Formats: sequence, structure tokens, C-alpha cells
Amino acid sequence: MTSRAGTWLLRGATALTLAFIYLPLLVIVLYAFNTRRTLVWPIPGLTLKWFGKAIDNPGVRDALVVSLQAALGATAIAIVLGSLAALAVARHRFFGREAISFLVVLPLALPGIVTGMALNATFRNLPAPFGVELGLFTIMVGHATFCIVVVYNNVVARLRRTAASLEEASADLGADAWQTFRYVTFPQLKTALLAGGLLAFALSFDEVIVTTFTAGADQTLPIWILSNLSRPNQLPIVNVVAVFVILLSMIPVYFASKLSSESAGAGATGVAGGAR
Amino acid sequence: MLFVAAFWRLDPFTAQIVHDYGFQNFELLWQSDVYRAITQRTILIAAAVTVTDAVLALPVAFYMAKVASPKTRNLLVVAILLPLWASYLVKVYAWRIILQEQGVLNWALDPLGLSGPGFGNVATWLVFSYLWLPFMILPVYAGLERIPSSLLDASADLGAKGLRTLWRVVLPLALPAIAAGSIFTFSLTLGDYITPQLVSSTQFIGNVVYNNVGVANNLPFAAAFATVPVVVMVIYLLVARRAGAFESL
Repeated sequence: MTSRAGTWLLRGATALTLAFIYLPLLVIVLYAFNTRRTLVWPIPGLTLKWFGKAIDNPGVRDALVVSLQAALGATAIAIVLGSLAALAVARHRFFGREAISFLVVLPLALPGIVTGMALNATFRNLPAPFGVELGLFTIMVGHATFCIVVVYNNVVARLRRTAASLEEASADLGADAWQTFRYVTFPQLKTALLAGGLLAFALSFDEVIVTTFTAGADQTLPIWILSNLSRPNQLPIVNVVAVFVILLSMIPVYFASKLSSESAGAGATGVAGGAR
Repeated sequence: MLFVAAFWRLDPFTAQIVHDYGFQNFELLWQSDVYRAITQRTILIAAAVTVTDAVLALPVAFYMAKVASPKTRNLLVVAILLPLWASYLVKVYAWRIILQEQGVLNWALDPLGLSGPGFGNVATWLVFSYLWLPFMILPVYAGLERIPSSLLDASADLGAKGLRTLWRVVLPLALPAIAAGSIFTFSLTLGDYITPQLVSSTQFIGNVVYNNVGVANNLPFAAAFATVPVVVMVIYLLVARRAGAFESL
């Protein structure tokens, strides 16, 4: 099909591109072990001391707690709403069905700054009894808007591949709606939900732009990094935190891709919704 | 649903304060050289990034789809997928350290008598191309995978050389997939403001919007400027749809 020279050329191009993708990440990892305080290359030696300093840093710890809470909250909201929307769109016909499937995917096409601004304006202008302070809760809701897409995509893809007739059979055999969901629908969706949840978690854990508009005084880890970039003294700790953030976003995604083949497809479309 | 609510709020918001603003914001945008230059820069760099990523993605995607063994292919998909999800901010930060005065790039280029681009438009272009490359590779890979290999064989049987097959057969068939990937690369660059802030001293549309929301508290002007990328994106989506991008999303 392709000549031998062509194959080697393609192989070379692929290897180069992979190197282009991974080398910058490697550089960050190396700098995390840097003995010097300043970011000079080549680094003079390796040390683990910044890891200890990062763990002891109260700002980092607080940010980590906020990040974890926000990611868990956003994931929970996304799993519930995303799978409900997916079930409705995939299994029922109703007025406005097309509109829903469009609206859920809309965040993909919108620049993050627009989403952030819209959320910010909404939160700040809620009528009195529903007023919310910008903080953890608004971060969760903000993140949930794009996490929903990821869960929705995963679940819809799975539902398309499984037959509705199984659920009908269950109903024919006398199961009520809850039993059908509990014993038939849910087991089929389990891995898709788990994968979607992992992806949503990773997405929320990384997010910067929407967070800057919804966080108020609270800091997530990425926001902490952003605000400490201009402080040379803090840079060694920033490096450690950066490595930590890379790991915490790549590990869930790795497992998600093992769990369900849908997540690979949802990858490109899903991330565009959030990881800006 | 929240999205719709958010949008209702945003529009009346411009409209409401429009009582005393009217079209002034848009007039200012149109007449001011500064804002026009910023708009041009944003769109040009977004286009440059899109082209760069398309060129870089094609060989990788082709190798994955048509040459590599199934095992290598799966490995490569994961290898491309993982960094796609790795923290955006950390990746920009990594480039900031690489590009800085005493960074890796200058160190590597020094023996050759060269120096890196430093911070500026070139850096912005480079970092954006880096950030969104996986978003181009994955759709193009999926698109190429759908092309039956027999078409390539047929082209070779009919006497076409490798390059000719690539130009006349693969590229036209891959175009919808490239258009799909370009939606990501283009729109993501258009809406970004953190990368220009970290690796250059120039401004993108997003920077102006952000400063107007946060620092200047001029929400109507921010909203007016924010409509620019949205309008550009809508036009881009319409063009991309004609290229068949939506079927390969």
C-alpha cells in the first residue's frame, strides 16, 4: 500500500510528534526535582525536598481540598443530570428532544470565557431569596455545565449500542420501572457511567477559565498555580503541584479509556467543552 | 438548561444597560485601531494554529489509521488521548519555562548559534499549536480509518505514486475530518486568554473581555467584544458544515 520509505517517514513523523507532545510534560516533571530555587536549565541536581514543602504549604492544601470537593460535586451533578438527559433522549420521543441533545452539546462551540461570563452574570444577579455567594457551590455548578456533556456523551453512546427491547422484556415480565432500571438498565450502563464520571472528574480538576469567573475568593489548585506563577519564590512548589495536577488528570482518563471504548470518542468532543 | 438561563441573562444584560450605551460599544470596537488589531491578531493566530495542526496531524493520523498494527494503534490512541486531558494550565506553564531566557529551548539551540522565539506572537502560535494538536489528530484519525484501504490500493494499481494518492485520494476524503478537527483548534484559540497572558505581552480578544469583566467592571463592553468570537465561530461552523465536518464530529 505505501512504500517502505513512506512507512519509515510516517513512523518518523509520528515519533517526532509524540516527542513534541510529551517533552514539555517531561520538562515540568524534571523541574519538580530541581535542587535550585530558580528555573535554570540544565538543572544542577535532583531532590525531593519540594514535595515535602508542597505538602506542608497551607495554601496548596486548602486549594487541594477545594479542588477535590468541586470535582466530586461537579461529577455527582453531571452523573445524575447527564445520564437522565441521555436516557430521555435515547429512549423516549418527546417535543423538544432534538433541542435538548443540541443544548447539552452547546458548550463545545462556545468559548470558555463566554460560559464563564454568563455564569458570573447569572450568579451575581440571582433574585434575592436564591442569591448565592461565589464560592465552592458556584464552582461546582459551573464545572457541572461542561461535565454533563462528557457523561451524556458516554451514556448516549452506550444506550445506542444496547437494545431497548431488553427493557421492554423486563416490563413484560412484570418488573416495575424502578426494578427495570435497577436490574436491567443500570448494569448495562455501569461502566459507561464510571468512565464518564472519571472523565468529568479529570475535566473539573483541571479547569481554569470558568473557575476564574465562578470561584470568588476560593482557590482551586489550577487557580492557585495561576496566582503563584508571578512569585519566583513559590515556583519550586508550583512545579510539584503541576506534576500532581498532571497525574490526577491523566490517571482517571487512563482508567476511563480501559473501561469503555466510548470514552475515546467522547474524548475530543468532551474535552473541548471544558478543558480550555 | 443552565446554559439557556445564562444566555437569557447575558443578552438582556447588554441590552439593559444599552439604555445609555446603545451601539456605542460596537462602534468603539469597529473604529478603534487597538481593538481591530487585537481582533485581527486573534483570528490570524487561530487560523495559523489550525493550519499547523492540520499539517502535523495528517501523517500521525495516517500512520495510526492505515499503517500501524492494531496493537500499536490502540497504544497510540491512548498516547494521544492522555495529554489531551492533562491540565491545560500546566502545559502552558511548561512552555513558559521552556521558552524563557534560560530555558531548555535556548540551551538546546545555543550550540547551533540560534536562539528561541522568546515570548511574543510566535510563542503564542507555538503553544496554541501544541495545546490543540491532539484535538486535530483524533478526529482526522477517525476520519481516515473510515476510508477503505481498497481505495488506496486501487489508486496504486492505477499507477498513482504515493504522493499523488495522498493528494488526490486521501486528502479529499479526509477533508471533512480535518474540518471537524479545525472547529476545535480554531474555536479554542479564539476564546483563550490565559496562553497569550503567560507567553506573550500581546492581547487577544479574551484578554480584553476578561479585563473588562474583572478589572474595569465594564460588563456591557466585555459582552460586546465577546460577541465577536461567537459571530466568527458561527460563520466558521457554517463553512465547516458545508465541508461535511458535522458528520465526522
